[in-house]
Amino acid sequence: MTMVYDEALDKFEPVLGLETHVELGTKSKMFCGCKTTFGAPPNTQVCPTCLALPGALPVANEAAIESTIRIGLALNCSIAEWCRFARKNYFYPDMPKNYQISQYDEPLCFDGYIDVEVGGETVRIGIERVHLEEDTGKSTHVGGATGRIHGADYSIVDYNRAGIPLVEIVTKPIPGTDRLAPEVAKAYVTELREIMRSLGVSDVRMEEGSLRCDVNVSLMPRGSSEWGTRTETKNVNSLRSVERAVRSEIERQAGILAEGGKIVQETRHFHEDTGTTTSGRSKEEAQDYRYFPEPDLVPIAPDPAWVAELKAALPELPSVKRKRLQAEWGLSDLDMQAMHNADAIDLVEATVAAGAPPADARKWWMGELARRANESGVPLSDLPITPEQIARVTELVASGALNDKLAREVLEGVLAGEGTPDEVVERRGLQIVSDEGELLAIIDQVLADNADAAEKVRAGKIAAAGALVGGVMRASKGKADAARARQLILEKLGVEG
Amino acid sequence: MSLIRKTAAELGSMIAAGEVSAVEVAEAHLDRMAEVEPKVKAFLHVDREVTLEQARAVDARIKAGENLGPLAGVPIAHKDIFTTRDMPTTAGSKILEGWRPPYDATVTARLREAGLVFLGKTNLDEFAMGSSTENSAYHPTHNPWDLTKVPGGSSGGSSAAVAAYEAPLSTGTDTGGSIRQPAAVTGIVGMKPTYGGSSRYGLIAFASSLDTPGPFARTVLDAALLHEAFSGHDAMDSTSIDAPVPSVVEAAKNPDISGMRIGVVKEFSGEGYQSGVLARYNEAVKLLEALGATVVEVSCPSFTTALPAYYLIAPSECSSNLARFDAMRYGLRVGDDGTRSAEEVMALTRAAGFGPEVKRRIMLGTYALSSGYYDAYYGQAQKVRTVIARDFEAAYQQVDVLVSPTTPTTAFSLGERTDDPIAMYLADLCTIPSNLAGNAAMSVPCGLADEDGLPVGLQIMAPVLADDRCYRVGAAVEKALESRWGGPLLKEAPSL
Repeated sequence: MTMVYDEALDKFEPVLGLETHVELGTKSKMFCGCKTTFGAPPNTQVCPTCLALPGALPVANEAAIESTIRIGLALNCSIAEWCRFARKNYFYPDMPKNYQISQYDEPLCFDGYIDVEVGGETVRIGIERVHLEEDTGKSTHVGGATGRIHGADYSIVDYNRAGIPLVEIVTKPIPGTDRLAPEVAKAYVTELREIMRSLGVSDVRMEEGSLRCDVNVSLMPRGSSEWGTRTETKNVNSLRSVERAVRSEIERQAGILAEGGKIVQETRHFHEDTGTTTSGRSKEEAQDYRYFPEPDLVPIAPDPAWVAELKAALPELPSVKRKRLQAEWGLSDLDMQAMHNADAIDLVEATVAAGAPPADARKWWMGELARRANESGVPLSDLPITPEQIARVTELVASGALNDKLAREVLEGVLAGEGTPDEVVERRGLQIVSDEGELLAIIDQVLADNADAAEKVRAGKIAAAGALVGGVMRASKGKADAARARQLILEKLGVEG
Repeated sequence: MSLIRKTAAELGSMIAAGEVSAVEVAEAHLDRMAEVEPKVKAFLHVDREVTLEQARAVDARIKAGENLGPLAGVPIAHKDIFTTRDMPTTAGSKILEGWRPPYDATVTARLREAGLVFLGKTNLDEFAMGSSTENSAYHPTHNPWDLTKVPGGSSGGSSAAVAAYEAPLSTGTDTGGSIRQPAAVTGIVGMKPTYGGSSRYGLIAFASSLDTPGPFARTVLDAALLHEAFSGHDAMDSTSIDAPVPSVVEAAKNPDISGMRIGVVKEFSGEGYQSGVLARYNEAVKLLEALGATVVEVSCPSFTTALPAYYLIAPSECSSNLARFDAMRYGLRVGDDGTRSAEEVMALTRAAGFGPEVKRRIMLGTYALSSGYYDAYYGQAQKVRTVIARDFEAAYQQVDVLVSPTTPTTAFSLGERTDDPIAMYLADLCTIPSNLAGNAAMSVPCGLADEDGLPVGLQIMAPVLADDRCYRVGAAVEKALESRWGGPLLKEAPSL
């Protein structure tokens, strides 16, 4: 049924659309004073308003409005001079009011764009709108085969998330990406995530759901200009999944169209395990949300002077910063791209800011640490080590107190929670043996224990010195300076090195 | 004179002067309630011990020298649509039977703080939807003037309690006339403040853009004292106006209307109005002229479209506001036997928990907001609302206040209109425009209709935040009529 990707792209051209939800990192919820701490015990961050007790009313969080305007500005949007919240009405047990306060035909920000780079090309992605709404509670459906509400034995609801401010960013349709469609989708979400991070408005952790993405895909036959029927894939919870979901949906739709079938306009669910999508509700069953202006809230009318101030105070945006850092660090496009893909640029930058040479900072993050993050299956930024600590390790290496091998051990200790680099050096006794007396004593012992090898060296077989140096390194538990040890061994044995 | 016949202002002074305690005043009213409640049935919830405990606490605060304001120790009854943390709150609905709110509404919190003593929660049309209190899921309330008549609605329990001397003061809410109409048909004073002048926080929502808490009292001054005690900006209600409360008490104490310009609304007279209502209303207009006001006729043509617009806007908002009653977090839960889905339990609960009028309005509103119908119904109604506000603005260019009868008829009989929703809706014909425009409006007694001997109300409408004008005119009418009658109109009411 599905068609191989390359074949699908020979026959069809995709049109993409992305809807991204970003949970804002405000201290309190969107319409009440409850805290927003992630992972608090269920139903402990709730009040009459976010539980929708009779009589309770919403009050809009001004910090959330400010964050949304800043996001809009960073995405080159126009900011509404006057707009309203709207109620989106539908019944669901995790939505306390059975309506969501959202925005409908009057979004706070609209008509913007961002540029993303894919395969050396710049693709401009139009932003239709950026609006502000509230999150729902979180349901857990227990029992049943699907993990969804239908068929579950029972469901439990945590309302801590209910009312957390959520920004929805909707792209304009994105035609013309051709074979790069999956990469463009991923690059867009990556860029968006970095913009959010640079603005400091959200921690944008896809795995915690603070950034969530819905992917719209439609296909049209090559040469056609009439767009096909689109599907909306939900539950796309990682950057890699964004790419996979687009690819899978292209393959599925191409298969149906090639056999003369029709695409059903519907919501689909992405499955991480199989990398495929399955059908959700179709358009025929779609809800009528009965939007109307929220009468409990007053319109938002941001003062243009304030908006101008916010615009002037925007931080350097990630794409601009990348260009600057690439020039400062003297890296190739390829190296920079690799760091970008590994999500290492901010970490390297912070490490450099803490005093490390750019090359060293890059070496550690892209080498040893990337390897360890990969092994543990966590994002680089989640490793329990700070840029300042990496900078300290590079400093210790530069001063000769550590060699690369010891430095790796120090990092291992820090990652294992044994303390700061200096504490790990101290506790594990990892300092290079710089005391010649101590080193000479070790050498004497090694020469005594390896009389055969020592004799060979004396006889001129200098290559045999390697085994003696190895012995010294073993005896010193790696803390000896290997080059110096070799020099001293040769001296002792009266051989010219 | 017994304590229950005193005005709130008098009781406040007596308590402040130490002539009587808050406990004694509360006991007098609780005794009166015990005596007449079987006939009037104004209350849904009474708890003598909770009330007396509050009264004792107020007496202690007064004794400790705390400055609580003019109503400290005065008892009050609350429409059972304001949340109260020490009394259940039902909104007159089975769906909330037994629900105990964990928080006070801003109105009840402020009155508690000001030392008022809560006598209980009064009956209402379910979720404030109705004009007779017959839509209460619990029982109807009877008009103290004639127990076979309705006390108006939706705040009929609050109007009846004050008219029956069970309470000197009560709170109500006015969405389309639910304070003014019950006040008119029970011969007391009822005020709908400017929308946003009194907080909706903790008021169980019917129609958010219209709901307005307001006072009931037997005198204009008492209403003003209560109005002032709970009004003013509230950060918990975004639609609350951040402006000083109009000086309503001062206006009520200074009933001089000489030189005021008063507009008679042309559209609210004539056919469909009871002759006795029109007779008393016309006399009141002449009285205003005699008191030195200039009276002119003003035409507000859009007012005739207010009723249909209201019956699109209010149900639309209610269909959304009442969605939260879903059996998930509080209130009634029906059908949860372990085999049914959440959706089925929601549907069964709502089917069992809401009465017919509430369901009618939820369905009307759901329809009016539907995709494809929105523009023709809700959208159109909002445009009418704008036109009505413009008619008011134009009228207020010419006059300081507008007047009309509060209701087209006096109190109708229990059961008379329950099968005819349109006839029921017409009771709010004259009161609805002020809700749609957010204006201030009051009803004061202006006599008894000749044909049935039942009270007639005069409606006084004023611009946004000019609530004081209602009180000034209301106090002038009250003073002149009471000197003509030799006392308040209520002394004509039969003893219960």
